[in-house]
Amino acid sequence: MVYFLIFISAIFVNNIVLSQFLGICPFLGVSKKIDTALGMGAAVTFVLVLATICTYLLQKFVLEAFGIEFLQTIVFILVIAALVQMIEIILKKISPSLYQALGVFLPLITTNCCILGVAILVANDTMKLPAGAESGLLTGVVFAFATALGFTLALTLFAGLREQLSMNKVPAAMKGTPIALLTAGLLAMAFMGFSGVV
Amino acid sequence: MQKLQSNLLNMVLSLTIIALVAAAALGGMYLLTKEPIEKAKQEKQTAAINSVLPQIDGIRLAEPEVQEGYTIHRAYVGDSLAGAAVETSSNGFGGVIRLMVGFDTEGNIVNYEVLEHAETPGLGSHMGVWFKTDKNQQSIIGKNPAATKLIVSKDGGDVDAITAATISSRAFLSAVQSAYDAFMKPDTWSGASSLQPNAATEAESTDSEEVAANTNDPDSNTESYE
Amino acid sequence: MNKYAKTFLNGIIFENPTLALVLGMCPTLATTTSAINGMSMGLATAFVLLCSNVVISLLKNLIPDKVHIPAYIVIIASFVTMVQLAMQAYLPALYETLGLFIPLIVVNCIVLGRAEAFAAKNSVGLSAIDGLGMGLGFTLSLTVIGAIRELLGTGMIFNTRIYADNYGMLIFVLAPGAFIALAYIMALVQKIIKK
Repeated sequence: MVYFLIFISAIFVNNIVLSQFLGICPFLGVSKKIDTALGMGAAVTFVLVLATICTYLLQKFVLEAFGIEFLQTIVFILVIAALVQMIEIILKKISPSLYQALGVFLPLITTNCCILGVAILVANDTMKLPAGAESGLLTGVVFAFATALGFTLALTLFAGLREQLSMNKVPAAMKGTPIALLTAGLLAMAFMGFSGVV
Repeated sequence: MQKLQSNLLNMVLSLTIIALVAAAALGGMYLLTKEPIEKAKQEKQTAAINSVLPQIDGIRLAEPEVQEGYTIHRAYVGDSLAGAAVETSSNGFGGVIRLMVGFDTEGNIVNYEVLEHAETPGLGSHMGVWFKTDKNQQSIIGKNPAATKLIVSKDGGDVDAITAATISSRAFLSAVQSAYDAFMKPDTWSGASSLQPNAATEAESTDSEEVAANTNDPDSNTESYE
Repeated sequence: MNKYAKTFLNGIIFENPTLALVLGMCPTLATTTSAINGMSMGLATAFVLLCSNVVISLLKNLIPDKVHIPAYIVIIASFVTMVQLAMQAYLPALYETLGLFIPLIVVNCIVLGRAEAFAAKNSVGLSAIDGLGMGLGFTLSLTVIGAIRELLGTGMIFNTRIYADNYGMLIFVLAPGAFIALAYIMALVQKIIKK
């Protein structure tokens, strides 16, 4: 039950993009088509879950064990960068079809702040959890997975809106980023309706 | 100067040196800021405790007592208890609300501080001032939870909820109530006998004393069951 | 106009990282709930940008091409951690407000972007000016966005009350307001630039 609540909380109530403002760059950058949005979402889900597991274990068994928590930022970003590289190489070898689908998005992921952001939140036990959930590795992984689903949902919804929008006439000054931000604002307002559910 | 070539030796060497220098610099910075960081944390805590305790000259704090769900910082003048600051928490609208609530010896609320919250800005976040403002039935300052029902007036209590933030208000009041309960728990301070001791908690406290005594003598463990 | 002044103004106005290049959107949206918060975030980023630009420009010939990205990341992350530690020690209240977004300066595209596009190719002096200009440009836009959101949402600017609290439109301090306020500010900038 608690895990179900984590899903609701991370996907709808505290959506990573629309209420926590993490991962805005890909949200604005790769959201012109639903297909690419889904691809990006899948790649983020994959990397986010793996990165969370790695960084959580590193935090608890290396950084905290040796009292060097202050190296967290530097270690985490390197681990994430290395992980993304590794996933790219492994995918290329064992599953060329999956690599074709996700490959283009992987290099973009290193600088996606939702990966590092979630890794830090989980490692520091400061993620937003519904009442009754205890922080730990399993909760962290569920949280990361749910967060990634929230990211995918926001990205896909937004891409759908932008596909429609591209067929409409937009005032010259609003063209491009401003109208996209305005749309995102309305979407965020809709998601605000979920607040207080969990 | 010529740019270094990308051969293995150069790559490993330059990365290692950069990483080592970075780690050394950060280690130095860490040692330099370690003390101020600790101090800043401490100061925040002490400031919160002092602002909620009764303002009496010569008041001094006892060692904080950490319990499941709350922490009590008792304050004494000479040998007699002058009040306590109790740290509690509850789940609000947006996340955990952490409070420091101060009581005098009668259990009247002296003051409170919001230590941490994630309530909606502009609505629930008003709790830092709302329950201190003397208007209608908003204020809880000077009230005694024994006489004033710490429940929002909508639910039949004696305190007005923050406009448009009933859930945050409920959470806030329940945290204050649990702080009061913690303060009034008979085993938390001597001289509590006059304040209707709670049988259940008293039994619990004697139990734990027995266990503590038993650990000194392994044989007595079996005896106590006979 | 000499090239130093040009580089400096380039960062502040012509290639303003937020409003013209649309980089670093996460902190821009998340930390501009008030003018003070926006400005602090901007200054923290500016400091990292200045330091990393200088160091990377100094070391550009000592870092082999194939490993330049990890090397840059290590350098940037070190400065970010220094800012983090210093803030925790001397400005704990501010650190709590900005929270997660301080370590996230590492993945701010502006910092790595300037390292790649400018510091790796230019002299130390020019890179320092570029870092400063870009950093202050970022600070400026964050402060302006913060001030507008704070004014519309709460009726205050820099904690000084302009009009009564009751007339504030709360939505501007909340998440959707961030997107909407930035959308209109950018539309205005586009309008002015196009003329």
